[in-house]
Amino acid sequence: MIEDKCTGCNTCMEYCPVEYPDRFNQDISNNKAVHIYFAQAIPLIAYIDESCIYLKEKKCRVCEAVCKAKAIDFQQEAEKIEVKVGAIILCPGYDPYDPKLKGDYGYGRYENVVTSLDFERLLCATGPYEGEILRATDRKHPHKVAWIQCVGSRRVTPGDNSYCSAVCCTYTQKQIILTKDHDAEAQCTIFHNDIRSYGKDFERYFQRTEQLPGVRVIRSYASIVGEDPVTKNVRVRYATNDEGVKEEEFEMVVLSVGLNPPAGNQELAQKFGIELSPHGFCQLDPANPIQTTRPGVFVSGAFQGPTDIPESVFSASGAGAQTGQLLDHRRWQLTKERVYPNELNVAGNKPRIGVFVCHCGANIGRVVDVPSTVEYALSLPNVVYAQEQLFSCATNSAKEITDMIKEKGLNRVVIAACSPRTLEPLFRDTLREAGLNQYYLDMANIREHCSWVHSKEKEASTQKAKDITRMAIARAGRLLPLQEIDLPVNKNALVVGGGIAGMTCALSIAKQGHEVYLLEKEAQLGGLARRLHHTLDGMDVQAYLDGLIREVYQHPAVHVYHKARISEATGYVGNFVTKIESDRGRSEIQHGATVLAVGLDVYQPTEYLYGQDERVLTHLELEERIARNDPSLSEAETLVMIQCVGCRNEDRNYCSRVCCGESIKNALALKALKPEMDIYILYRDIRTYGLLEEHYREASRNDIKFIRYEPENPPQIAAAENDSGPVLQVSLPDYILGDDLAIDANLVTLAAAVVARPENKELSQLFKVSLGPDDFFKEAHVKLKPVEFSTDGVYLCGAAHYPKHIPETVNQAYGAAGRALTLLSHDIVTVSGSVCEVDEKRCMGCGACVTVCSYGAIEFRKGREGNKAVVNPVLCKGDGLCNAKCPTGAIYLQHYTNEEILTQIDAAAPPEISGLKFDRAVGQD
Amino acid sequence: MCSGRVDLEFILRALHNGMDGVFIGGCKLHECNYVTHGNYHALTTVLLAKKVMEFMGVNPDRLRVEFMSAADGLRFAEVVDDFTKQVRELGPLGSSEGLGLEELRGRIAEVNKLVPYLKVRTNDKLNQRLTSPAAYPDFFQKEEVEALLTNPAAYYIDPQKCQACGICARRCPVEAISGAKKQVHVIDQDQCIRCGTCYEACPSRFGAVQLIQGAPVPPPPEPGQAIVSPS
Repeated sequence: MIEDKCTGCNTCMEYCPVEYPDRFNQDISNNKAVHIYFAQAIPLIAYIDESCIYLKEKKCRVCEAVCKAKAIDFQQEAEKIEVKVGAIILCPGYDPYDPKLKGDYGYGRYENVVTSLDFERLLCATGPYEGEILRATDRKHPHKVAWIQCVGSRRVTPGDNSYCSAVCCTYTQKQIILTKDHDAEAQCTIFHNDIRSYGKDFERYFQRTEQLPGVRVIRSYASIVGEDPVTKNVRVRYATNDEGVKEEEFEMVVLSVGLNPPAGNQELAQKFGIELSPHGFCQLDPANPIQTTRPGVFVSGAFQGPTDIPESVFSASGAGAQTGQLLDHRRWQLTKERVYPNELNVAGNKPRIGVFVCHCGANIGRVVDVPSTVEYALSLPNVVYAQEQLFSCATNSAKEITDMIKEKGLNRVVIAACSPRTLEPLFRDTLREAGLNQYYLDMANIREHCSWVHSKEKEASTQKAKDITRMAIARAGRLLPLQEIDLPVNKNALVVGGGIAGMTCALSIAKQGHEVYLLEKEAQLGGLARRLHHTLDGMDVQAYLDGLIREVYQHPAVHVYHKARISEATGYVGNFVTKIESDRGRSEIQHGATVLAVGLDVYQPTEYLYGQDERVLTHLELEERIARNDPSLSEAETLVMIQCVGCRNEDRNYCSRVCCGESIKNALALKALKPEMDIYILYRDIRTYGLLEEHYREASRNDIKFIRYEPENPPQIAAAENDSGPVLQVSLPDYILGDDLAIDANLVTLAAAVVARPENKELSQLFKVSLGPDDFFKEAHVKLKPVEFSTDGVYLCGAAHYPKHIPETVNQAYGAAGRALTLLSHDIVTVSGSVCEVDEKRCMGCGACVTVCSYGAIEFRKGREGNKAVVNPVLCKGDGLCNAKCPTGAIYLQHYTNEEILTQIDAAAPPEISGLKFDRAVGQD
Repeated sequence: MCSGRVDLEFILRALHNGMDGVFIGGCKLHECNYVTHGNYHALTTVLLAKKVMEFMGVNPDRLRVEFMSAADGLRFAEVVDDFTKQVRELGPLGSSEGLGLEELRGRIAEVNKLVPYLKVRTNDKLNQRLTSPAAYPDFFQKEEVEALLTNPAAYYIDPQKCQACGICARRCPVEAISGAKKQVHVIDQDQCIRCGTCYEACPSRFGAVQLIQGAPVPPPPEPGQAIVSPS
């Protein structure tokens, strides 16, 4: 396939005679030998795989014959390309665990046992059955489905992975929600051993799943014991506390398979000279998990270890930042600047519209009568030119369009082709090449909206294509030239918070050539990490922190402000002004980017006699005692740890994520100190997700006892006496023994919740960013923009986003630095021309627009005639809500004005019905 | 542009043009990719529009809003097929409702004039996020919309009180107030969008702008009538 020629038109796929199991759809359905890997593939072009009969038998070549773009070349040979690079980022991802290899759970034998990835494809609209969940055996909808968790994970048996795969609990919940969306009556059951809802908003997501009607969540190992020979239903054996071992039939069983290291990891490691962890993932340094063991080679995504999408995005941006640190001096050297001709001023001229109707190979042309659409367009008002094109997006077609604009003196262009989502930027560029304002373009989508969805109704499709084109032409006549605003970018950054996240981020930005102002609320840097001493993976936190602090102070571009308080924050992307008071007095800082890294706070428990009995400690207090080898520890014979104190409840409906690991870390440290100490961890779910699972296992091996409690029946604590003296008696029901349990403890430690910092509210108002329901900062998008805010130029990292362990914080801190650099490395930011504007005379000052704008882009300016709305085009995102709310039409969204849209609505009705004309341009009414 | 950009006027215009049905598609509620959640605004606009349609004697089923994601291709097709079927069963706009198209257009044109007024008066409600479909049908009440449309507020400048200070005329967003120095100012009732800006703007020491509801607006004074100077 010649990549630059293929337009992804699909024609070759239709003619290809070879049907072959579709790998992307888990081999459930078939695809062709020539195909596009999946619907959103980038680049969206076809490729020929090894099932091709020409490649095998030198026959066929039909694809080559039907390809109008001449993109298929059977003479192509593999090329060796040598690229010189300064840094390498490895992101090979992971491979799903294959349950076929061990033959557990009957996968491969029982057709109605599927993996979660199979099921994922079944759920998908572009999946094997076009989004219908069907059983392989009878193509019927299963109504009773079970999910078995931890398949291939959390097991030490050969062929399994001993770690937790970290993502399966939540993806299973997603699959259940989607299954219930497909079929509200579906009965869904999860068999699990700890629901690990440790991520941001995961706890609520789990509750949402659990509360759906017909959903059962059963804590039990489950095995598959057979299938019904007639119905092909699958029998699952499991155990419950009340009923003991039982069997139940399900119409489909989904195996929630875990994540393996990527296939070929050994070769990859060898090739790039990096080391792998014992599990086969990349060997990481907890102080910088993006750095491999070889300088200049970085890692991001699930090759770091099992990880979900948001965290993959952190490390991806983070790897970008670290590459930037290495290669900043060469930034922009490969960039070529485009030069456009001067823009013609055609405003006020009568519209001269050119229409280009695309065949899209055969995609449109085979269904829609393109020549007759061209002819029709020519009959419409203001159209002075129309032609057909084989592929409007091809380079020669773009040239044709610019040539015609010049030759025919066109001042508006309509492209009747595909969705503007993909190609509008390209065609706008084409207009600029011809010296026309890029907003003089409209696209008529006669592919996705027409030929693709009505491929069997050629005549009706042609009529619809004409209608859509007519509407676009009508709107085009009304379009106005708009200017995009180029804003200068101040090259400095402000980082709020001098903990690990803030310092790491500040240093990374500084190392890429930018001045950084680092604000710390306290008199010294370090944040909460000052109270941590070691981590589960053996890191000496204080030594690491000292090193980091030293580096911050020594870096000439990082300016630290201690005891800092922000009094005012104004400005916008690229141009912020923040006023502070600090140990340096009052300062006004001008900066282009802002990073919020204010960290976390710890809940002060009121439960379990905390604050009343000095033998009750939080984990931070315990850790401090461990660090100074406090005698109270060696004296203690029994210690009880209680998990989930102050969170996973009504007040704080989230999991604090770090506490299970913290408790196990401290328990192991105590065991090292005094092996005979009895340690109990009272938990609700042990959430040692990912590679932390190893430490959970180590704790069990070290005879640390884990006892589960239910929130309805939490442990009771009371001061008491036993033979050896005063103790704290902790009592709770034991669900395994079915009895009440009382433990006499010398010390009780509480896994106190991580809470958001109290100043978050004030900061959110100052920087116009939002907070989530638990007062942690709310990122712009969980997956797409996890370190950004919806306010441009403001970024987020560390525990201010959500509680996290140090390596995760470091990942995200580099991630935020990476995103900040995408802004700071430019001299200007360009703001869309399609933003709102106010006709001041018409503004009645009612404020409806101000209320409805979620970007704070509109404010009142008081003048002689009262309040008038003013739009800051830099903040406006062009959603147009204000336009719809404005009673007088004073505020309007440019490029989608009432006139433009109403003209289009008028043109939608066949003219003989509407009786309306649309041949006017603005100013000609 | 967001589905919340859909203006009440767009819906009315489509009906005015003889469209038998209007469909509005928005992203899934509560799954906005931005922070705007404008689809909730589309929803309230549609709920209001349906009551307005009822008032005009147009079957409100001719308007439908549905929320779905870009991955819901099949659902989109189902919904559109279903809506098309429904509209087909309803028959052509106007005649099926026992209204001639011209008569209907007259009614729509009348209501269209009141769109600014509806926006002013229902703004708070239009901004609400409705989370339960059970609340949809009665979110706007028939009587409420009827009252707004049959008995809208009007504004009138009392010739006895107007001092021709000109503030109202300058503030009027649609330039519906005319008047010269020392002459009584007059609101052109056809131009007026009933926003009440003049009422708010008229200095309280004059109190010349009157809010009139439930009674006919007095005829305008003779053009050029001189103001009554305060005694």
